[in-house]
Amino acid sequence: MRYAIPIGVFILLVAVLAIGLRLDPRYVPSPLVGKPLPEFSLPTLSNSDATISSNYFTDRPRLLNVWASWCVACRVEHPLLLDLAKSGRIDIIGLNYKDARTDALAWLQRHGDPYAQIVYDIDGSLGIDLGVYGVPETFVIDRKGIIRHKQVGPLTREELDQVVLPMLNELASRP
Amino acid sequence: MNYSIFYVLVFALLTFTIHAADTPVSFDSPIDKQRYEKLLEELRCLVCQNQSLSDSHAELAQDLRSEVYKMIVAGKGNDAIVQFMVERYGDFILYKPPMKPTTWLLWFGPSLLLFVAFSIVVMAAKKRRAAKAPLTDEERQRVRKLVEPDNH
Repeated sequence: MRYAIPIGVFILLVAVLAIGLRLDPRYVPSPLVGKPLPEFSLPTLSNSDATISSNYFTDRPRLLNVWASWCVACRVEHPLLLDLAKSGRIDIIGLNYKDARTDALAWLQRHGDPYAQIVYDIDGSLGIDLGVYGVPETFVIDRKGIIRHKQVGPLTREELDQVVLPMLNELASRP
Repeated sequence: MNYSIFYVLVFALLTFTIHAADTPVSFDSPIDKQRYEKLLEELRCLVCQNQSLSDSHAELAQDLRSEVYKMIVAGKGNDAIVQFMVERYGDFILYKPPMKPTTWLLWFGPSLLLFVAFSIVVMAAKKRRAAKAPLTDEERQRVRKLVEPDNH
């Protein structure tokens, strides 16, 4: 009985530390969720004369995926993006972040191209406006151009099935 | 040859090359330079989370440093620059988080813990003082037996 308090404190401490271990310190809630996509007008990756702007994100929900050829983790999620693009459920817009144009195009040739359009952000200015800090990142954008969700790090099958796809279904069903 | 002077020169060169990796900054006034350095100390690099923008060599930190520099040169105030960062990266970018309900535990938790610990110490001390009753005659006898070997 005299050990009840120390044991209680010990169990409490273990519980707090166990919760602490399960938290992801790299997860930083984005203040951009619920806000419109920042305004931009940038060249596309395949054609430096063509521009794509934030106005493009209207009339239906889309995914915006930030990637680069130098980004190793991007290769992890790439098959998933290719599958998703093939299913035709949603347009994936690429944001090529701080990359060399030739490297990026060669990378797509080698690994496949899931993107409907690719924004070319050579100096990372749109990346800063989007609060990008760990490529790859994926944003869910609704039909009004509002950011609904932000995923930092490679997209996994679980996150796609449990978070992103249900959210897209819900966004698609709304008027 | 004086070796200490030699080493000072070597280390001076080392720090110089590290700083040279960044685009050099120059300000019209020393106040702006001070503001720049202070802001970089207060903002956190999101890639190496335990480093400030001024410490970190991550590419993102370089970009954000140049962003801060551009805004200072453009004549923006400290509040506007901090707001720019918070709008994009959230409160996490601030080393000193703002006071609001979600950060109350962060701000007051340590004082709360100190208070709890202090209360426990006070209670334990009181308990101990209460337990300090004088010895009975029988106990005195036992103590005497223990400390005096001749009585065995």
